[in-house]
Amino acid sequence: MIAENLDVRRGGKPVLRGISLTIARGAVTGLLGPSGSGKTTLIRAIVGVQIVHDGDVTVLGRPAGSPDLRRRVAYVTQAPSIYGDLTVRENLRYFARVMAAPAARIEQVIATVGLRQELDRVAGTLSGGERSRASLAVALLGEPELLVLDEPTVGLDPVLRQGLWATFHELATRGVTLLVSTHVMDEASHCDDLVLMREGRIVATDPPEQLLQQTGSEDLEQAFIMLAQRA
Amino acid sequence: MSARVTLATAWRVAAQLRRDRRTLLLVFVVPPALVALLKYAFNEQPQSFERVAAPLVGLFPLVLMFLITSIAMLRERTTGTLERLMSMPLAKLDLLAGYGLAFAAVGAAQGAITAAIAFGLLGIETAGPVWAVIALAIANAIVGMALGLLLSAFARSEFQAVQFMPAFILPQLLLGGLFVPRERMPQVLQTVSDALPFTYAYEALSKVAADEIDGRFWLDVVVICACIVLALVLGAATLGRRTA
Repeated sequence: MIAENLDVRRGGKPVLRGISLTIARGAVTGLLGPSGSGKTTLIRAIVGVQIVHDGDVTVLGRPAGSPDLRRRVAYVTQAPSIYGDLTVRENLRYFARVMAAPAARIEQVIATVGLRQELDRVAGTLSGGERSRASLAVALLGEPELLVLDEPTVGLDPVLRQGLWATFHELATRGVTLLVSTHVMDEASHCDDLVLMREGRIVATDPPEQLLQQTGSEDLEQAFIMLAQRA
Repeated sequence: MSARVTLATAWRVAAQLRRDRRTLLLVFVVPPALVALLKYAFNEQPQSFERVAAPLVGLFPLVLMFLITSIAMLRERTTGTLERLMSMPLAKLDLLAGYGLAFAAVGAAQGAITAAIAFGLLGIETAGPVWAVIALAIANAIVGMALGLLLSAFARSEFQAVQFMPAFILPQLLLGGLFVPRERMPQVLQTVSDALPFTYAYEALSKVAADEIDGRFWLDVVVICACIVLALVLGAATLGRRTA
């Protein structure tokens, strides 16, 4: 994934200012920054659903939003995008048909996100965490090469969060590229590579250990503060 | 476009409706109940009632499907499922045709139930064939669906979507000839009503009610079909894959 001089305005205000970025394949890259820093907008530009004012985004060698990328890239929005009036199984069955994924795939993704018990519950009655896992399950149906997740761990209990990060790494070892946004600094340590954002600009792009070394700080929160002040 | 995705979408929309028992009950019970109510309200003027009975049976689906579709589509937009579908290998026409199939089925059932109760149980007379009323009811359901789909793009909330009913459907109802024959309206309003889909839907139904299936009737049918295509094409244009 390569972005070059990306400029995005929303409601007349610049949200992304000249972003240039390369994301490695087969790794988990964390997109960090405070709320309002432009993480979601950058993600939307990568997935190809954002109107971009200037710059280019290339994903898996194709311009972002190309029709053939619709099978290869999966996007999990911050709010779970599933039908609240259908059961988890009905949701998965529908999206599997749209993606032309075999029915057996439903069993696999449901095991991956740990929702077997909830398969026949109406999605609207699930807890917030269960709903976002159901939404993640939908994204996994098509066996994407690039999986983009916007704050997937919000509202999850620590055990589940740990499990989800383990899943992300497992996917990465199978060659899937993951881009995960979060505003929780503790989660950054789970990532192979980090992209720090602030006010629509990239502050740093390095693996977590290197960021700590460069700034000489104890934790990533402190490193972020130092980098933000330097910029 | 793919038959697999279209049918899956139709099935999904139907499953959502099936789960919403109260909506289904309202969809199937309200129109015949209103026809019955009108019959007894027009007790002293059976002739006036006969003029509007068949058109009413055939027009209910238009109004109802307009409302249901605009809310359903708005939900699809606000919950992010539309954006998710747009990032998947799904043609816009798959989505529209899926909705069309599901709602046409509901419209057909609604038309058939209303017609059975109106012409069977209540003994309302219509000079023309009952099947034509039901066929027009189905076509009108699709008109309502297509218009609802299109207008849902301009609503930001369900409050606004509901207001589109009095804003876009009621004027068509008033100008379409149901309340005042069109030839008795001022020329300006007649010209305006020429541009409204409802006018043709009503005219076709009143032709059936009077058993005057002539060239003008078939012209109405052609205009109704053209309205469906136009609204669906415009509706598809509002389903952008990229948004600001």
